[in-house]
Amino acid sequence: MQLLRTYILPRIVQWAVVIFVGVTIIFLIPRFSPINPVDDMIGRMTAFQTMDPQAVVLMRATMQDLYGLDGSLLEQYINFWQRLLQGDLGPSFQNFPTPVNEIIAAGLPWTVGLLTTSTIMSWLLGIFVGSLVGYFQHRRWAQVLERVVIVIYPTPYVIIALILMVLFTFYWPIFPMVGGAQGKPALNWEYISSILRFGFLPALSIVIGGFAFRFIIAKALATTEIASDYVQYAELAAVPKRRIVYSYIIRNTMLPHVNDLALSLGAMFEGALITEVVFGYPGLGSKLFTAISNADYNIVMGIVLLSIVGIATGSLIVDLLYPVFDPRVRLR
Amino acid sequence: MLTTIRDLLRYSLSFRFGSVILLFVAIMVVVSFFAPYPPEKRRVVPRKMRGEPPSAEYILGTTTLGQDVFWMLLTAVRHTLLIASIAVCIGRGIGVMLGMISGYLGGGADRVIQSVVESVIVIPRLPLLILIAVILKGGLTFVWLGILIGMLDWAYPSKRYRAQVLSLREREFTHTAIFSGMGTAKIVIQEHLPFIIPFLLADVVSGFLFSIGMEVTLSWLGLNDLNSLSLGTMIYWADEWNSIFAGKPWVMIAPVVAVIVVVVGFYLVSIGISEYLDPRKRLLRLQTHQSDTALELQAQGTSAGTAIASAGTAKDE
Repeated sequence: MQLLRTYILPRIVQWAVVIFVGVTIIFLIPRFSPINPVDDMIGRMTAFQTMDPQAVVLMRATMQDLYGLDGSLLEQYINFWQRLLQGDLGPSFQNFPTPVNEIIAAGLPWTVGLLTTSTIMSWLLGIFVGSLVGYFQHRRWAQVLERVVIVIYPTPYVIIALILMVLFTFYWPIFPMVGGAQGKPALNWEYISSILRFGFLPALSIVIGGFAFRFIIAKALATTEIASDYVQYAELAAVPKRRIVYSYIIRNTMLPHVNDLALSLGAMFEGALITEVVFGYPGLGSKLFTAISNADYNIVMGIVLLSIVGIATGSLIVDLLYPVFDPRVRLR
Repeated sequence: MLTTIRDLLRYSLSFRFGSVILLFVAIMVVVSFFAPYPPEKRRVVPRKMRGEPPSAEYILGTTTLGQDVFWMLLTAVRHTLLIASIAVCIGRGIGVMLGMISGYLGGGADRVIQSVVESVIVIPRLPLLILIAVILKGGLTFVWLGILIGMLDWAYPSKRYRAQVLSLREREFTHTAIFSGMGTAKIVIQEHLPFIIPFLLADVVSGFLFSIGMEVTLSWLGLNDLNSLSLGTMIYWADEWNSIFAGKPWVMIAPVVAVIVVVVGFYLVSIGISEYLDPRKRLLRLQTHQSDTALELQAQGTSAGTAIASAGTAKDE
């Protein structure tokens, strides 16, 4: 009970506050935008045909009501929370009247599938290689690997993605350029293999970027760990080097990595944006980008909300589980 | 400060390499002021030389619009660094201030500031940046882009400075200073600032990495002042005009390579500085004045060197 009151409950309150503030900021910013989606839409409708001015006025009122854009800012805000708590994100402006929920549901499997696989792969690879290089720092292969990472790590992700795309779709065209899959969704080899083929390059770009980051951290942690007494003792006792790396160093440095994994899985909806735009992948990221350019608030709100909840929940889970992973952390 | 840089140059290989690269970049920036014509101007290259690969006269080639890629690139590097500097100044300015206020005041103010910082960290930065950039589109100049990037890059730094201040406040010398009647302002400036400045230095360098990356990303999405030159807009136009598919890859390769060179330079410097800040390595450096053997052994790559060094560390403690 003590634990619940002094640790878990305040942490959950903090989670709620963070989401509340984040959502409020996200609610406010688009409303200061000079692009008015209703005017935009009416402009498009009246571009090719003349309409009765009275009909236009009526239509504008209806649309503002529909999109929750009527009334004062405060009224909009209260309405917005009411709808949000009922799980209703409203219709999309551009693809009227498709509900935002449906659009998000269509993109979600692509993003989650791509990001979960590639994030976990880059995480494992980074820890494994990073720790090995940290332990065998003075070997030639380790130094070559480290130099490669020193170039990859600071390079902006867009550039990595662009280079991969140009190399493997143009100069050596072994992968398709745009899309998520070919053919009709079905549970046969043809469709599944096309998912793998289309997803390979985006996933590779994420794995490379994520690997470099994880590598740097794993190597730094391993380098610190090597100097500790138990590793020195194990070396003097001639414990096999492989065992020192796998069961001593990696195991003892795992904690911050687990922490980061939860956070980066939480940040997945944000991370997919550039990948999906570069490779034309049909997930949430590319939907978010088109929605932003078209001032389609409801979709932007929906996806960013998902992202905020994801990150906040990820860090909540990390904080709550920390005492489970690390016996040294105990409530004072 | 000077001795710090001298030490860094002497002991850190990556710092040495990084400074050479950054010096090279600085020379590029200086040379860019001597462009024979405004580099973004079109049709300055003779008609039959347009869209040609690198040659003796135009060492990085020319575009089909009649621009000289070499001069474009130099100016682009300068503009990108300008955007990044603005972003870093604003981001670190807010970060240092909030972190120090939060750390020194403590209590209620600290809690309020921290909850705001936590919320800002949770908000996805890239979509937000894109959103604002779309809203400002058209009126977005370099300065604005820099300000925008800076406004979103202070939350993590401010947390780091707060942690620094919190630890400094509990150190023994702070208590000594307080008991000997030193004023708060004097303690902060004379005693604490020297500890903060190296962190600020490392932070500024990593801020450059973030800002350059953001500039390139946003420009590639078309959310910059596309009529001006920056590394990002060069990549945007090369992409937009399909330079690769049109068989003129040098238009694309030049800015891409430049971005990589610049960020790697900054990154190497930041590795050097953080090595310098690492307390274990610092002790090693202090000991070299007493016994050079440990460092030499370590330089030769034997684990015995590490053992001797850490044995020495243990003894000192």
